[in-house]
Amino acid sequence: MQAHIFKKYALAAALGAAAVGFAVPSVAADTVKIAEIMELTGPGTTSGTNFKDGVNLAVKEINAAGGILGRQIETTVVDTQSNPGIAKGLVQKAVDNDVFAVFGPVFTGSIMVSMAVTEDAKVPNFVGGEGAAITQQGNKYVFRTSLTQTDAMPKVARYLDGRKDVNTLAVLFVNNDFGKGGRDAILKALKSTHVKVVEDISTASGQVDFSSAVVKLKQSHADALFSYTNEEESARLLRELKKQGWDKPIIGETTIAGQKVIELAGPAANGAIAHVGLTVGAPVPGMEKFGKDFHAANGYAPDHNGIKGYTGVYMLKAAIEKVGKFDRQAVAAALHGMHISAKEHPGVLMDVTIDGKGDLDRESFLVQVVDGKQKVIGVLPPLSHK
Amino acid sequence: MVDFFQVVISGMATGSIYALAALGFTLLWQASGTINFATGEFVMLPAFSMLAFMSLGAPLILSFFLTLAVATLVLGWGFKRTIVDPMRKFGVMPLVVATIGLSLIMRSGTQIAFGAQALPFPNIFGYEVFDFAGVKVSASDLGTLVVAMVVVFGLQVFLQRTVTGRAMQAVAQNTESAEVLGINVSRMTFYTFAINAILASLAALLVTPLYLAKFDMGISLGLKAFLAAIIGGFNNSRGALLGGIIIGVSENLAGTYVSSSYRDGVALALFLLVILFKPNGLLGLPTERKV
Repeated sequence: MQAHIFKKYALAAALGAAAVGFAVPSVAADTVKIAEIMELTGPGTTSGTNFKDGVNLAVKEINAAGGILGRQIETTVVDTQSNPGIAKGLVQKAVDNDVFAVFGPVFTGSIMVSMAVTEDAKVPNFVGGEGAAITQQGNKYVFRTSLTQTDAMPKVARYLDGRKDVNTLAVLFVNNDFGKGGRDAILKALKSTHVKVVEDISTASGQVDFSSAVVKLKQSHADALFSYTNEEESARLLRELKKQGWDKPIIGETTIAGQKVIELAGPAANGAIAHVGLTVGAPVPGMEKFGKDFHAANGYAPDHNGIKGYTGVYMLKAAIEKVGKFDRQAVAAALHGMHISAKEHPGVLMDVTIDGKGDLDRESFLVQVVDGKQKVIGVLPPLSHK
Repeated sequence: MVDFFQVVISGMATGSIYALAALGFTLLWQASGTINFATGEFVMLPAFSMLAFMSLGAPLILSFFLTLAVATLVLGWGFKRTIVDPMRKFGVMPLVVATIGLSLIMRSGTQIAFGAQALPFPNIFGYEVFDFAGVKVSASDLGTLVVAMVVVFGLQVFLQRTVTGRAMQAVAQNTESAEVLGINVSRMTFYTFAINAILASLAALLVTPLYLAKFDMGISLGLKAFLAAIIGGFNNSRGALLGGIIIGVSENLAGTYVSSSYRDGVALALFLLVILFKPNGLLGLPTERKV
């Protein structure tokens, strides 16, 4: 008798569980899934963490405002460990999980091996990398959240060309996809200027001691240094430069004047000049509020990667709203050639145009570290406004 | 010539960092027959302990002394009681594997507790730079080098010339005989682990301003320290200093005069050469029973 009652309750429980199970898809229909594939450990920690926190802030804001076309964004975050192989596997897992879009990775090397997965699955992929090669593969589903090296470096070269005190330049780069891409782009861009590159210094990812690199730099007698390294290495380089009494201009692209580098390098960062595609110090409406909101949510000031993640989500939202439905292929097609106005979509912070390859065009800035803070010393127009 | 000396001096400072960590290997080996592959993490954890105390408002020096107490308890007594004592009877290899596992746990735990981003760490020697005939030497470089030398030679004297030091070595070489001779084995073994924890805390104080406080800072530090200990001689404290400085200087010379691409390969190349031609290390001696 007891066994009979047990069977009856078990059957009821099973039916109930099944009902709940079948009800799940109807709940899922009210959400749109995105995956964050980020460098949360390893050399890319600073970049990946910033990007992730930017994405999460945008998701929180959008969900609080009613979501995208009435759907709440559901996000998952995973760690690539700054390892391209792991990144590819995690992107595959996200795609298998039927996400609508993938955000990340940030490191060019990881993007280069993982973006084929999102392309095969026809899943829009918003990446944080600046390596020129990313959008040169004809991938219709990869979209940048920042300027490419090939767009940024001509601006840097023009700036250097305008400096009459810089006739010779030493280039120092980190020997990974990011660094080599930046080095190649700046060398190419400088060919049409009066600036001659007299030293080309390769450094290792994760390098601790930069004394030999700085000695080589000093031996070159260059008028200025152009540095293209990741955050922690940039901080160590700046400290070594200060220690060895380097008193010539230090110029870089984005990282060298980033918030994390300023924090890690301390006073050694003062004076460094960088071209940045995005900065919280930019004189644009909405940027100051974003900076405050980001700091309130995460307890630290965002760098350009934080802004990339944040604006990337709003780019996706703008494209979905333009298409009017959750259709991955239609959204990817709509993004190509799309101009997103900050007036209509405040979340993108600055007017942005996405070209047919997934590259962006927008204003950028020249910043200098003054008293431990980024100070905007110039606004550079979009390339299309040359 | 100035550049050459600049590279050599900087290399010596970096090498003395490796040496301080390498001491952890040589000390535990000499005094307890233990190989600790969590040596890098034993340096990383005190760094975060100091940061935690500083975040509560304690100055750096006070944080350091508080960390010494915590490290002695956790990395000294705790490590001995929970990992070494239960594993030692199974031989060296299981203990090595256990310490590798411990290093992973320590890294993951620190990442969960403090996050994965690098954090700045104050320099106890300040940021003053001295100019010696064109060679720039920072107070930090000088301080690290001097402290490493004092610690290495002090430890050598302690182990060789004091009753306690010799008793510690006796326990490591033959526990049963040491016990018969009336040595308090348990206490001597604890002393070894306590000194190792204190040395790790001191290393953390000196290396973290350069390495930056990060959960994985111990990986490369631990590897370089192990190679330095092998090159110098695993059973010789002065060997740790010599091995560390050789690696630091060689890396810098390779980076300056050959290519920075070869920097990280230098330590491994030296390691292979030493293993092939002088298996006991440059200052190491064939193991003998002294007790």
